[in-house]
Amino acid sequence: MSASIQIENKITVTSDYLLHLADTALILGQRQAEWCGHGPVLEQDIAITNITLDLIGQARLWYQYAADKLSNEGKSVTEDDLAFLRDERSFKNFLITELPKGDWARTILRQFFFSAYQFLLLEKLIQSDDERVVAIAEKTMKEVRYHVKWSSEWVIRLGDGTEESRMRILKAMEELWMYTGEFFEADPIDYLDVSVLRSAWLEHVQTVLQEATLPMPADVFQQTGGKCGIHTEHLGYILAEMQHLQRVHPGAQW
Amino acid sequence: MDNNNILRQVNALLDQVTDPEIPVLTIRDLGIVRDVQLDQDGRVEVSITPTYTGCPAMDVIAFDIRLKLAEAGCKDVQIKQVLQPSWTTDWMSESGKEKLKAYGIAPPEKKSSSRIGRMLFEEDAVSACPRCGSSDTVLLSNFGSTACKALYQCQQCKEPFDHFKCH
Repeated sequence: MSASIQIENKITVTSDYLLHLADTALILGQRQAEWCGHGPVLEQDIAITNITLDLIGQARLWYQYAADKLSNEGKSVTEDDLAFLRDERSFKNFLITELPKGDWARTILRQFFFSAYQFLLLEKLIQSDDERVVAIAEKTMKEVRYHVKWSSEWVIRLGDGTEESRMRILKAMEELWMYTGEFFEADPIDYLDVSVLRSAWLEHVQTVLQEATLPMPADVFQQTGGKCGIHTEHLGYILAEMQHLQRVHPGAQW
Repeated sequence: MDNNNILRQVNALLDQVTDPEIPVLTIRDLGIVRDVQLDQDGRVEVSITPTYTGCPAMDVIAFDIRLKLAEAGCKDVQIKQVLQPSWTTDWMSESGKEKLKAYGIAPPEKKSSSRIGRMLFEEDAVSACPRCGSSDTVLLSNFGSTACKALYQCQQCKEPFDHFKCH
């Protein structure tokens, strides 16, 4: 299967895959935004909310493309419809993005796992022959580079920090590792063979964990399902909060 | 009025539109304006590019462009967002960099590397402190008051200052 979904074979990007990219950025952005005004120190509060802003910006670009594609297929929708009027089962974000933010260690580790993956994914997407995909990927990759740097540095600080910070990041590792396998699992909506990203991702993770004096997690059962709409119980609550205004006052603008 | 004349006037008006977050810079200094065209019906089309994808200033900038042109009687304006080639700080004009410095923001310098994992704890090379000129400065946070800035502190005069990130 993987051979048939490589970019080289000129597969057309589908609105479903664009929605997967958009939903993932939106839900993680919404989650990390919960830190706004609650960061451990002012500088890091600003850092995490800046990352959030980038993620929401990315989500918009992918939603706009998905909306144009769907509209060309005769289903007239806007980027806002896609973000605010779809139900849980239609969301295609990775499960790791919808998990509660937890403490700072868990927030950092999730951002680190995801940003490292996202950077490698974007490196592939800029080789696409779809001009708009390339334009968005090139644009966002520059921002994601900062996310990788920032979160990697924080993993090192926490792992090789105090007894407390180390204990917390180890706990986060135990909770989150089982959601990283989904990054590399093939799904019919895929635009490229994501399994090829795995070794480079593991290499970067290992380098940073080593520097952080943290052990590589052992192989465990990997929970998947996000891309095809099977979510954890947490997504519904995020959507309720995020979509409530547009659901109660359809078409409201401000 | 012929088309060239209209374009000249539109361009002159665009030179007056400033960035809402760094008001000493015009959108031209920042390199945000990519193209100005007249379509067949004589409608003005302005192409702009975002600095950062989530930059909230983009909507304000689009609004300010409409407002500036409307004040001059040009009401039918199309604003197009272009992503490619993606914006980098190299699009910023030299005079823009000078204005930034005078405003107390250290301007962007060299481009940073694009390799993953090769840049941990590495800091952008910062020019002198925009206030006292000392080059003895430290990074406080890679993220500053807006998406495009990082926060530094001068070790000489102790003043914190913004640095426009190389991007």
